[in-house]
Amino acid sequence: MSSLGVVMLVHTALDRVEQVARHWTASGCPVVIHVDRKVGSPAYSDFVAACADDPLILFSDRHVCEWGGWGIVAASQSAAELMLERFPEVRHVYLSSGACLPLRPLGELIDYLADRPRVDFIESATTRDVSWTIGGLDLERFTLRFPFSWRKQRKLFDAYVRLQRALGMRRSIPEGLVPHMGSQWWCLTRQTLSAILQDPKRAEYDRYFRRVWIPDESYFQTLARLYSTHIESRSLTLSKFDYQGRPHMFYDDHLQLLRRSDCFVARKIWHRADRLYQAFLTDQNSAMTPAEPNPGKIDRVFSKAVERRLRGRDGLYMQSRFPRRNTERSLTAFPYSVFQGFAELFEDFGPWLANATGARVHGHLFHPDRVQFAGDARLMNGALSDCANLRDYNPEAFLSNLIWNTRGERQCFQYSPADTQKINAFLAHDRNAQIAIITGAWAVPLFRSNMNFADIRSETARLQQLEAKQLELLDTARIKARIRIWTMADFVESPMDPLQTILEDMGAPQPNHLTEAPTMVDLTGFGKFLQNLKNQGMHPYMMGDFPVDDVFGSQPKSFEKPYLVQ
Amino acid sequence: MSLQDQPPGLVQRYKLRLKRRRLLWRSFRSRHQLTALSDRTRRIGSGDILAFTTLRNEITRLPWFFHHYRAMGINHFLMVDNGSDDGSVPYLLDQPDVSLWQTGASYRASRFGLDWLTWLQMRYGHGRWTLMVDADELLIYAHHETRSLHDLTAWLDAQGCEAFGALMLDLYPKGRLGTQRYDPETDPRDTLNWFDPGAYRARRQHPLGNLWVQGGVRERVFFADRPEKSPTLNKIPLVRWSRRKAYVNACHSALPRALNFAYDGPGGHTPSGILLHTKFLPEVVEKSRIEKHRRQHFHDPDQFGAYYDGIISRPNLWTPGSEKLRNWQQLQDLGLMNAGGFPATTGK
Repeated sequence: MSSLGVVMLVHTALDRVEQVARHWTASGCPVVIHVDRKVGSPAYSDFVAACADDPLILFSDRHVCEWGGWGIVAASQSAAELMLERFPEVRHVYLSSGACLPLRPLGELIDYLADRPRVDFIESATTRDVSWTIGGLDLERFTLRFPFSWRKQRKLFDAYVRLQRALGMRRSIPEGLVPHMGSQWWCLTRQTLSAILQDPKRAEYDRYFRRVWIPDESYFQTLARLYSTHIESRSLTLSKFDYQGRPHMFYDDHLQLLRRSDCFVARKIWHRADRLYQAFLTDQNSAMTPAEPNPGKIDRVFSKAVERRLRGRDGLYMQSRFPRRNTERSLTAFPYSVFQGFAELFEDFGPWLANATGARVHGHLFHPDRVQFAGDARLMNGALSDCANLRDYNPEAFLSNLIWNTRGERQCFQYSPADTQKINAFLAHDRNAQIAIITGAWAVPLFRSNMNFADIRSETARLQQLEAKQLELLDTARIKARIRIWTMADFVESPMDPLQTILEDMGAPQPNHLTEAPTMVDLTGFGKFLQNLKNQGMHPYMMGDFPVDDVFGSQPKSFEKPYLVQ
Repeated sequence: MSLQDQPPGLVQRYKLRLKRRRLLWRSFRSRHQLTALSDRTRRIGSGDILAFTTLRNEITRLPWFFHHYRAMGINHFLMVDNGSDDGSVPYLLDQPDVSLWQTGASYRASRFGLDWLTWLQMRYGHGRWTLMVDADELLIYAHHETRSLHDLTAWLDAQGCEAFGALMLDLYPKGRLGTQRYDPETDPRDTLNWFDPGAYRARRQHPLGNLWVQGGVRERVFFADRPEKSPTLNKIPLVRWSRRKAYVNACHSALPRALNFAYDGPGGHTPSGILLHTKFLPEVVEKSRIEKHRRQHFHDPDQFGAYYDGIISRPNLWTPGSEKLRNWQQLQDLGLMNAGGFPATTGK
């Protein structure tokens, strides 16, 4: 007979319980089963009869088990007492439920415990250190009274808690006890368990815990601290909780995930998950080296699932996900970059950027005539049309759709005051937006154009006004986008640093050294051009201090050749 | 994405109440327009889920419509025939689980059949889950192959949800419209298996608070020049009905206002499904000719002549950006629907 005994608290799916109990006894582990008193008599007596042929299966006194009530503790006590009394070889008692399933060959668990004969495996933390309490009750579980059922008499429950808080009613915690909480599924040594069960003050403790809320998460967890010589504060049972604090149910498709966890026992298993029972209850010859249980391996998957359940997918707008703007972390699904003034200043900015970063570089997505998708495409991913009408009908949805449809690939696009401006507020409030602006660069195409000077003058005034408005918006508080702004004069004086910076912002593959720079357009005479505007009574200030003779500092600037970094 | 999420004031709320009462009154009066051809409503049992449909000349779609919804667990179909002459009526009279009414009154004047159906819902749907779908709409939801509408509605009840929203997804063939073959006994999804995956946009509308979703293939091809006219794609087809409830505009929006918030929620908790729209079966070309002439659709039919002409010209709606329809998991990955926690099994 094994030195491991198993206590099972069950209330439903008794056929599965029998299957699992026989699995334990086949390895020599005695099993004591507590069946909830709410289980009716034919079902119970049939079950007992079915297990009668196995001498290692015993049934304990029955109690009514309500969630959050004392019954579960009473059940554990009765069953554990029976176990200790009838099976003297048992050294460790493992508390499990009817929905628990051993994941690894039982021999491994038995050996594991035999190697640690004095260790109590029970998750036990002080109330200050736990983050998973529901309903905001932690220390108050121990200092208030809970005569009403949380499930059935919620209003009374809440009202009585409020009343006690208002009146400052407090119970005193029995002397010597420090409240601890943790998972109700433990594995204790005979020494610790019997010390708890045979404590001379047990009647007093029981009386106290009877009115503590959810005592099954605190009774053994607190008392074990009094007697144990070596507590490992973790549960050997893998148990996951969903976002509402209810235990996560494992189905057939969790098979690989459970295998990877290396845990000894998992709960809750859906009682009709045939493949799981089939896979884990047939005797596995695990050739693996004995591994430590490692629930961390699958934790990430579950926290992701909980997060996805709670928040949905960022940047997705649909029928069942249409968040109010202020509740969103980001308005789009993936980071993207907006460049203003770069395409005007560099002849080949788009191809250069695509080459340097591997991102998809669009033209002016918000061009008034047509959406300039990369590669001059008519349709972008998701059958998104290049029709300016459709875009302008709801520009924010257009952009969030584009980013959603291409998620995984970084999008960049050119922007300018000459484009549709309705997207500005959205960009400013989206933390996925990285905006780089060279102010005043919109004047370059005008400078190089063949327009009449009077038209140039009025267009300059219009664009400058638009850009000023945009900058004002980007300057307000509560902006979430990452914004970099240079005046054109500053940028032209030393373009390499800013270019390096934006590449680094985008996490480009070779950010350490920029080897090839884009070709800047010939700006010879631009200073003069600005001066002419001034002479006509228009004041172009967005470009910064652009010298009239194009001479920055003491060196005349040559715009003849492309920039290269030495 | 306008930010008008504030609840309406007292006056506004009272106006909505009056509007709801007026709609219910209209529907109540419209009962005179209906003649019962076969009333099997006595067979409706408690806990049954009912489907409500208005139709006209849908004989090619009906076989699969019944196949789909019977398999899904609809117990009884309450249908209003608006002057079919293609054999739909005898076909429907043959179905054991159909109660059929007929009317020759104007479809447009009855708010596109809504008055009739609201009356039937009021009369037979009170306290039950009701599904309002057209003959060319096939509802799907997470795990629909394995879990019935009864499972879904029981779960919705447990969640305290009174309604279930769906996006209407236009399916289209690859190739010019009207050039495919379709056998009415087969799944229309074999013929129409492409859709636009990612060009939908939504905003909240006031004062009803419903989402207004537009986009997709019909907008891309037929309404690019006037997106404000493009078809509304949001629907609330499945509702635990009460005789005090009323749909306002087809089943795009409803009163009381709270029903319209069955969608959304700050973080995408809510479940939603997809109404697969099989409008573009080959017969659509011929039907568009007739409908253009009948002028029974849309508030202002003159504005939609170009739409019908567009369909009659047999365009190819398919583009390299189109996505091939596979299953609901694909639609969920694309963000067009959401299981919202509806589990694959009834675990206990």
